[in-house]
Amino acid sequence: MSISVAMTVNGKAVSGKVEARTLLVQFLREHLGMTGTHVGCDTSQCGACVVDVDGKSVKSCTILAVQAEGSKVITIEGLAESPDKLHPMQEAFRENHALQCGFCTPGMVMSAIDMVKRHNYQLDEATVRRELEGNLCRCTGYHNIVKAILAAAPAMKSAGV
Amino acid sequence: MTAATGIGARVLRTEDKRFLTGTGRYVDDLPLARATYAYFLRSPHAHAKIKKLDISAAAKMSGVVNIFTGKDLVDAKVGGLICGWVVKDKHGEPHKAPPHPVMAVDTVRYVGDTVAMVVANSYDEAKDAAEAIKVDYDVQPANIDLAKSFDKGAPQVHPEAPGNLIYDWEIGVKADVEAAFAKAAHVTKLDLINNRLIPNAMEPRAAAAEYDKGTGNYTLWSTSQNPHVLRLILSAFVLGIPEHKLRVVAPDVGGGFGSKIFCYADETMVCWAASRVGRPIKWTAERSESFQTDCHGRDHVTHAELALDKDGKFLALKVETIANMGAYLSTFSTAVPTYLYATLLAGQYTTPLIYANVKAALTHTAPVDAYRGAGRPEATFVVESIVSKAAAEMKIDPAELRRKNFIPSTAFPYQTPVALQYDSGNYPPIIDEAMKMADYKGFEARRAEAKSRGKLRGIGFSSYIEACGLAPSQVVGSLGAGVGQWESAQIKFNPTGNVQVMTGAHSHGQSHETTFAQIIHDKLGVPMDQIEIVHGDTATTPFGMGSYGSRSLAVGGSAIVKATEKIIAKGKKVAAHLMEAAVADVEFENGTFKVTGTDKNVPLAQVVFAAYVPHNYPLAEVEPGMDENAFYDPANFVYPAGTQICELEIDPDTGTTEIVNFTAIDDFGNIINPMIVEGQVHGGIVQGVGQALMEGAVYDKSTGQLISGSYMDYTMPRADNFPSFKLGYKVTPCPHNPLGVKGCGEAGAIASPAAVMNAVHNALAPVGVKHVEMPATPLNVWQSIKGAQRQAAE
Repeated sequence: MSISVAMTVNGKAVSGKVEARTLLVQFLREHLGMTGTHVGCDTSQCGACVVDVDGKSVKSCTILAVQAEGSKVITIEGLAESPDKLHPMQEAFRENHALQCGFCTPGMVMSAIDMVKRHNYQLDEATVRRELEGNLCRCTGYHNIVKAILAAAPAMKSAGV
Repeated sequence: MTAATGIGARVLRTEDKRFLTGTGRYVDDLPLARATYAYFLRSPHAHAKIKKLDISAAAKMSGVVNIFTGKDLVDAKVGGLICGWVVKDKHGEPHKAPPHPVMAVDTVRYVGDTVAMVVANSYDEAKDAAEAIKVDYDVQPANIDLAKSFDKGAPQVHPEAPGNLIYDWEIGVKADVEAAFAKAAHVTKLDLINNRLIPNAMEPRAAAAEYDKGTGNYTLWSTSQNPHVLRLILSAFVLGIPEHKLRVVAPDVGGGFGSKIFCYADETMVCWAASRVGRPIKWTAERSESFQTDCHGRDHVTHAELALDKDGKFLALKVETIANMGAYLSTFSTAVPTYLYATLLAGQYTTPLIYANVKAALTHTAPVDAYRGAGRPEATFVVESIVSKAAAEMKIDPAELRRKNFIPSTAFPYQTPVALQYDSGNYPPIIDEAMKMADYKGFEARRAEAKSRGKLRGIGFSSYIEACGLAPSQVVGSLGAGVGQWESAQIKFNPTGNVQVMTGAHSHGQSHETTFAQIIHDKLGVPMDQIEIVHGDTATTPFGMGSYGSRSLAVGGSAIVKATEKIIAKGKKVAAHLMEAAVADVEFENGTFKVTGTDKNVPLAQVVFAAYVPHNYPLAEVEPGMDENAFYDPANFVYPAGTQICELEIDPDTGTTEIVNFTAIDDFGNIINPMIVEGQVHGGIVQGVGQALMEGAVYDKSTGQLISGSYMDYTMPRADNFPSFKLGYKVTPCPHNPLGVKGCGEAGAIASPAAVMNAVHNALAPVGVKHVEMPATPLNVWQSIKGAQRQAAE
C-alpha cells in the first residue's frame, strides 16, 4: 500500500509514493537520492541522520516520511550557499579538522547548527560537549568537533545565519 | 618546498568539501539501476545443529527474487573463508584450521552466523521474507567463557581443533626466565583481562555487486580497507572468479579500525550471487548486525610476572595469555595475539629476558581479529600495568621506575629479546615533556584538593612502544604471513601537467588525499590543486596491500617518494635534451629542471608536455610519456613511542570517573601534516579510554547471546566523557624510510587504556582497592570500593 507524500526539501518541492513504514531518512536517501544524510544505527542514537524539520533538529530515522508531510526539511545538502561558499559551521569543521571519515559529519554539522541557535550563539566547551550527547563519532575523539562548534558560533552570528 | 603546503605544513584537507556537503560516496549511496536488496538470516543461537531449513514459504513472498543457503554454496563448490597467517605452535606444528563455510551448512557456531541470504526487490521485502524462513535448530551447549575453554567437558566448537585449542605458542626461553626470577629481589604478579571490544566504525559494513553478462566481469563495491587483498582472497581461495574478472572498489569508507580489513561472508555472498540473480545486489548491515558480525577485538585473559632487582631494574618478564579467536579464524586472527602482541612485551625497556606463552581458544562467539592497535594495545596494557604495579609495590615513583629501565638513546638499533629490532628512539625527553605538560609536580596538591571535595584523584602513566608500518615482506613471510607487505604507487602525469597518483593504500578517514598530495607537492613542486590522489579501486590502482597497522605513510608514502624519484630521473633526461645540456649537469628543485651553475631552466610541466608530444625529444634514449610505478618493501617495522599521562577523579559514592587532564607526547618521526596527526591521536586516545572506562562486549555465559548488541547496551565514548587533550611531539626520524616517518594511527589507542587504568588504581589505592578490571564502569568501580571497605572491616 503506498501513500503520497509531499514536502519541501532544501527549498524545493518534492513528492513521492511511500509505504506507511517508510522513514524520513529512507525517503530522502532512497526516493530522492539525497544520500548526504546517513544511517549509522538502528536505535536512534548515532545521530548521523539528523536533519532540520520546520526549524527543529530531528533524527530522520525516528520519524516516518508521512509525518513530514507538508514540512520544510533542510539537510546537509542544503546548507552551503554555493559550491564555493560553505555554511560557517561547515567551514569551521574544515578549518578545525573536525572530520575524518566523514560518515557522522552530516549529522554532526546539522546538530551543531541547531545547538548554536538554541543557545543564542553563546556556547562554552562544557555545554558543547553535553549537547553532543546524541551524536557519535568514532574517528575524531570529539576534540576538534568541539573546537569547530565553538569557533562557528560567533561566525554564524556575524554571518547572520 | 613552500612552507605553506609541503611536508610539515598544516594543510586543510582536500577530502573535506565532499564530506561536509553531503556529496561523499559511500557504498550504500551508490545508485545502481534495477538493484535488488539482500538481507541475511542469521543464527539466533550460539551453537546449534540445523535439523531442517525450509525456504518454501519465504520464496513465495512478495518481491522475493532468490534465496540462497549453505547447501547452494556446497553444490556450487564455493570454498570457505580463510585465515591468511599460519602460526606455528611451540612444537613447530601449524595452527589448527577448522573450515569456515561462507554460510552455515549443518551447524551454527555463534549468534550472527550466516544461515541464508534473501534477495528481493526491496530491503523491507527481503527482511520480511527472511522472517518466513523456517529453521529447525537443535540447540547445543555453547563454549562462551574464554578462561574455561580448555577445561575438560567444555563444549567443543570444531572437531578439527580438539579441546578448542588453535595453537599453544611461545616465544623466549622459559628456563632462562625462570632462572632470572629465582634471583629476583622483588616479583610483581598481575592477573588481568583485556576486555573484548566491538569496533563500531560509524559506517556499517556494506557491499554491492554487479555482474556483466557480456564480459563475464564482476564488480564488487565493499567497505574494505584493502580492496586488492579482498579481491585476491575471493579469487584465489573462495569464489574462484579470476582476479582479472573481478573488480573490487572501496569508495568512501566511513571508518574501519581494522574491522574492514577482513573478508566477510556477506560481501562474499553479494558478489557470488550477483551473477546468479542477474541484477545488481545491495546489502548494508544494520547496526545490530555490525555488533554481531563485525570481527571483535582484544579479549585476552593474562597472567604476568615481572622480576626486579633491589634497585628496580627489570630482570625478566613472563606472560601467559589465553586469546579468544571466536568461532572461526578470521583473516589475520592468528597473528594478532602472537607476532603483534608478544613481540611488543619489551616495551620501552631493557628487560633482558622475556618469555610469553599464548594459547588461542575457540569459543561460540563472533570471530576476533585485528582492531585498532591489534595486539599492541594488549601488550602495552600488560607491560605498563605491571610496571606501575611494581612501582607502587616497591614504593618507587612510576616515572622514575620507567626512566631507570628505558632503553638508552645510544643503544639504537636495539635488539629486544622478543625478535624485534627497534630502529630509533629517545624515550627520556618524551616522559620529561609529558610530566611537564601534565604538571606532575603539582599532582599531590591537586589530589589533596580533590580529597577536600570528597573525590579520589589519581594519575597514571603509559609509556608505549609499537611496531607498525607493516611490514618487511621476508620477515612476515618467515613468520607465516600469506602475503607480502610492500606498498605500491603510480604517478601518472597528464599532458596538461596535472597529475594523478594511484596508491595501493586506502583512506577511510586517514586523509591520504591530503597527506600524499603534500608529498607530491613537496617533491615535484606540482600545486596542490593539480594533484589527484586515487585509491580504493582495483581497476585503477596498482596492486597494493591497503591500510591497517599504521602503514599507509611509512610504506605507501615511501612508495610515492620512490615513484617521484623515477619521475625526476626521467625528467632530467628530457630536460637535458631540451636545454642541450648533459644529464649529469641537470638538477631538479622546486618543480624546475636547471643546468647547474647557469640560469638555463625548464619547468616540469614543460618536460611533461614534451614527453607526451615528443616532437623535440630524445626518442632513441627515452620512452615517451611521464608515468612511473614504484613498489616499496620496508627494511624494518617503524617504532613510534610515547608517554601518556592521565589524571582523573573518581566519585566514591557513585563510582563515576571523570578524566580531568590527558597528556600525550609522541615520537612519530617526521610529521607531514601536524593537524592530521593530532586528529589521529585524539581519536585513538578516545578509543582507548572507551576500552578502559566504558566499552565491553558481553555474551551471556550460558546462552551465548550478545547482551551488548546495540548502542543502548554498548557504551560508546561521547563528547562529554573527555576534556580537551594536551599533545606534543618529540622527533627521532625513522632511519630506514625516505620520509623518516613512523605511524600515528594506532598509538593513541595502544597507550591510553594503561594510562587510564593506572590512574584509576592510583586513585583507588588510598581506599584499599587492589585491582579493577576494564571497563572501569561506575558499577565496577563502586563495587571495588565497597569490596575493599568490606575487606577492611573484616
